[in-house]
This record gives sequence, structure tokens and C-alpha cells, in this order.
Amino acid sequence: MAASAIAGASGFGNWARLAARQALTQEQLLEFDTFGNVTLLHVTDMHAQLKPVYFREPEINLGVGAQKGLVPHVTGAEYRRMYGIEDGSPLHYALTWDDFTALARAYGRIGGVDRAATAIKAIRAERPGAIVLDGGDTWQGSYSALKTGGADMVRVMNALGVDAMTAHWEFTLGIDRVTEIVDNELDFPFLGANIFDKEWDEPAYEPYRMFERGGARVAVIGQAFPYMPVANPGWMFPGLSFGIRQERMAEVVAEVRAAGADCVVLLSHNGFDVDRKLAARVDGIDVILTGHTHDALPEPVQVNNTFLIASGSHGKFISRIDLDIRDGEMKGIRHKLIPLFADVIAPDPEMAALVRKERAPFAAEMGEVIGRTSSLLYRRGNFNGTWDDLICNALLEEREADIALSPGFRWGASVLPDSEITREDIFNATAMSYPAAYRTEMTGEMLTLILEDVADNLFNPDPYYQQGGDMVRVGGMGYTIDINKPQGERISDMTLLRTGERIDPAKTYVVAGWASVNQGTEGPAIWDVVESYIRRKGTVSVEPNTSVKVVGA
Amino acid sequence: MRLTRRDALALGLGATAASFLPLRAVASAEEAIAAFTGGVEPAEGGVTLNAPEIAENGNTVPVSVEAPGATAIILIATGNPQPGVATFNFGPLAGAQSAATRIRLAGTQEVIAIAKMADGGFARASRVVKVTIGGCGG
Repeated sequence: MAASAIAGASGFGNWARLAARQALTQEQLLEFDTFGNVTLLHVTDMHAQLKPVYFREPEINLGVGAQKGLVPHVTGAEYRRMYGIEDGSPLHYALTWDDFTALARAYGRIGGVDRAATAIKAIRAERPGAIVLDGGDTWQGSYSALKTGGADMVRVMNALGVDAMTAHWEFTLGIDRVTEIVDNELDFPFLGANIFDKEWDEPAYEPYRMFERGGARVAVIGQAFPYMPVANPGWMFPGLSFGIRQERMAEVVAEVRAAGADCVVLLSHNGFDVDRKLAARVDGIDVILTGHTHDALPEPVQVNNTFLIASGSHGKFISRIDLDIRDGEMKGIRHKLIPLFADVIAPDPEMAALVRKERAPFAAEMGEVIGRTSSLLYRRGNFNGTWDDLICNALLEEREADIALSPGFRWGASVLPDSEITREDIFNATAMSYPAAYRTEMTGEMLTLILEDVADNLFNPDPYYQQGGDMVRVGGMGYTIDINKPQGERISDMTLLRTGERIDPAKTYVVAGWASVNQGTEGPAIWDVVESYIRRKGTVSVEPNTSVKVVGA
Repeated sequence: MRLTRRDALALGLGATAASFLPLRAVASAEEAIAAFTGGVEPAEGGVTLNAPEIAENGNTVPVSVEAPGATAIILIATGNPQPGVATFNFGPLAGAQSAATRIRLAGTQEVIAIAKMADGGFARASRVVKVTIGGCGG
């Protein structure tokens, strides 16, 4: 049920954009042969993007071990061939990375909660009671979400009519704020079967919610990001323990089946590879709505009797899943990944008004132009992207460091070349609650240890040992990585770019970075460092980065 | 991402200890197992070992073991300087043959549980627990 490609659309400017609009209609995007008796709608990893965005999908997204060559570790032309997507088509632009700038100029931005609201209202008009599920990473990632402690997103998601959510970055607002929202502000349940009270080893949140729809009982189980206290600052939610907890998941599935569930849906923030393994290990889950690793797939991935859905990130997509549930079991599934082309789908007037209201108090600060970029700024990909190259360059110069480190976050909207950079653009790539840009000394040995540690979080062949981020981005230093080696043997040829010298394990280097998980980290906020750098440069340009050499891909 | 120099030193030492000691540690883990089993080869299955795949805090890792019908379960941390963590003995009146504790792990390593069954046989389960710097998930 892929949206149809338009013929011959390529190149720049208004002509192609008009062609895109004429060839692609809202009716086509939302067209769906309604099926069965229950509809699920899935959004995930919106990262607080209220407005339509440019977001370039990854060029490099490598799978190791049993995951090698499997989706979502397929990108670009290979991905398009796999799914029969025509080159230059709207889905080429929405789902793959190449020709991004030209296609972005032709097809425009994607997403926006007002467009999502239009889709949800239209679908609920034909399937009342469609269950809207949010996979988390919703309350973090923008200027307004940062300034309101996620309140803008909470009000918007309430208005969107969400039925349940799970979480990851939500907890980086701090446990007190999360509790305040869950207890007083959220109109729907906050689910997390794998979140436990550390002291008593008891479930800390509601594990599931049962929905009765179309004569069937649908259990929606929540699974929060398993490595919360490892990948993010544990001191911000000191009383909680997470983990994959496969045995616990099997118990909860048995519990909901015993409680009469005809269909079991897992609303997950595990990451795709973790969910694929979980589906093979735990029986009785019909649908897993995956999240965390920001993958968008136009078809479900089936593992035994479980169907995995991947709905992308940054509000670009909404997945519609129609289920035929009869005689106590799921008999059939029909799915469509709907790209929310902002120039094609009309904004819902009520939601558009709410978004304007939420953004109004910050409009002046967000809209301020800081400088210009002559390069495409994007983040996503296993190794350095241009956004983090820019951030690393800012850290190296503003903090006078030898080497800069920027975390392998997967969130952050893209900025097209030859355009203004506003303060909002900078915050879209940096807004979070532990932004201090530290400056410290590290030995070469320590730097190796860090690269090896992060590489194993990404390239451990067992998905249960992966944390779902990308490789730490490095400025001022090059290295070679063999992704198939074990931890401790992947990284070699570490070179200080300034001098061309090998990194000496015993020597000390000045390192600047941001997003430390350690409490009490000191330094200016990363957005101030980046803003100061861009202001000084006027126009930034990011040279192609060839300092990371990848072996074994 | 950031580590203080003290943390770095501690981690570095931990890593060194782990990489210098494996022969001795594994040997002594094997010795501890041999002392417990009397050289009988344990079967896979029959004992359940629960531990996180990645430790949230390497200094206090929750581990639980269960083996219905066991008279004793030994818990081994193969990468620790002292691999023998605990031996749980279950008398005939024990309602369930299970135990839970928190252990300290010097670094990423395999944790092993071996249960001595009432019929004299042994059962084995293991899991790799990763101890990581963390901080880059995203």
C-alpha cells in the first residue's frame, strides 16, 4: 500500500514542488482498505517536533551478526529496490538519504502534529475507537519542550487523543517532573512493564492497559527504554531500575492472556533489533510497535507469529495497522506507513491553533537568525554527520580543545544548505536537560576505552547488549573501526588530525564534549557554544568528513 | 560520556585487572566449580539464572537463581578476583529452591550458576553481564 510515485519529479524549486502537490493527494496518502475490527495508530520518537521538519534518514546503519543485511540495516538505493520504491519518488525522499537536498526542495517538509491530527481524525471517522499509541521520546527535543518541562507536548498529545504511551527521554526531565505529569497532566496511561522500584524490586508503573474494541479485548503492554540509567543520567531518576527483563515480559503476556486478551500489542522503546530478538524468545505477542532506533519501514517484519512495525521518528510518519481479531485470536493484519507530507496533508485547524498557542511565548527567541549554513546539516547515521561535525568544530574552537566528543544521539532535525540557522534549529539538535559542555583532560588510553565502549553498545552482535544509540561523534581525531571484532579490538589508528600524529595511550589530551551522564558536570550549555561559534562565522560550512574509516561493513 | 580522571583510573585498572587475570581467574572459577561438583559435568537446563544483560551499576548487580529440586546452588563471577560469590544451601523443608542477591562485578564477565540436585546430578546456567561506561544511548 505504498503511496504512488510521481513520474519525472526531480530538480529544484517551485515547479517540482507544484508537481509534487498535484500528483500526491491527501486522499492517496490516507487511502486504506479498511480491514478487520480493530485499528491501531502508532507514532513514536517525535522528539517534541510540533512543526513539519526536514529529517534525512541514515546513509550508514550497519547491522552485525545475525542482523547483518536485514532491515532496518538497509539504506539508500538498496532499500528502495527491496521495497520497490521508484527513484525520485516521494517515498524515496521520505525513507532514504540520497539526493536529500534536491528532493527536500521538491517535496517540502514532513510531519507536524497538526497534519497527524488530520490523519487521526480522518481514520477515526471511518474506524471509531482507533487506538492511538505513542512509543515515547515525545517530551524532549525542542526549545519549547525544554522551556516548559514537556508541558507543551503533554497538552498536544492529550489533544491528539493518545490512548497510551511508554517512555525514554521523558525521564530526563527528572523523576519529580515525570511524576507530576503522569499524576496530574496526562490524560492517558503511562505504561512500562520493565520499570521497577529499585528499593523494593516492585513494578513502578502500570504494565499494560486493556482496550475493548470491535468486540475484542486488546492488551497494550508498555516497555520503556531498557538502558535508561546506563545511557542517560541515572541520578535524575535514582529510584528506578529498567532492563529488558525478558522473563518479566513473558509473565505479563501470560497475565494479559489469562485476563482475557484476544490480541497482545507491545508498545516498545527497546529498539528494533532488541524487539526482533524478543519476538523470537517470547511467545504470544501479536504486534510489536517498535521505537527508539528511529527506523521507518513500509512493511511489517514477521518473526514467528509476531509482526514488528517501525514508524520512523520526528513526526514524519504515522503507522496504521488494521487487525482482524476473532475467536480469541488475531487472524489477520493490514498495515500502511503514512508519510505526513506537510504540503499535501491539510493541517487540522484546531491542532494548528494549539501549536501556535504553545509556541507563541517562545516565538521571538526561537525565530532569531543566528547565521547561515552553506552545507546540509543532518545528524542520523552510525558515524559522524554534519550537524555533529559542526558541534565538534564549535567545541574545538570555542573551548580550545584538541579533541571534541558529541554523543551518538539519533534525534535532531536537518537544515538545508544555503539557508538560515535559527535558534530553534540549534535547539532541535541539542535541547536536553544535561547540556553542560565540559572541558577536561583524558589520556589516549582513556579515549580508546571510550570509543571501544560505545562501539560495543552499537556493534555487539547480541542485540540485548546494544543500547540503540549511534557511535560517539569525534572532532579533531580520526580512527579506524572494524565493526566485526570483539570489544577492545575494534578501534585502531587513532590519529590527532591537527598534527597527524598517532594518539599516545600515555599522553594527555584536552577534550571538550557535552551530555555527560555524570552529576555535577560543569561548563556552558552546548547551545550557547554552538550559537557563539555560528555567530562568529556568519556562514558555516562543513567539509566532508573522511576521518572515520569503517572496516567489515 | 565524561569520566573524571579518578573514574578513568579506576576503570583502567579494572580493565587491566580483567585482562591480566583471566587465566588465573578462570582457573580459580573452574577450581571453585570442580570443588562444588566433584568433577561431575553439569547439564544445561534445570537452573534459572536471572541477571541484567547490561549492569545499571557494576557495584551492585541484582542476580537471582532458581532450581526446583536443588539442594544447593553456587554462584560464580568468572571475572572477579574472587570468583566464588555465594553458595546457597536448601534444606528439605525449604519451600522453594531460589535465592536473590546483589553482587559486585569488576567488569564485563560471565556469571555462572550451578545447582546440585537431590539425585546427585548438577545443572548449569550462565549469562554475560556487561559493565559499561554508558552515556551515549540515544
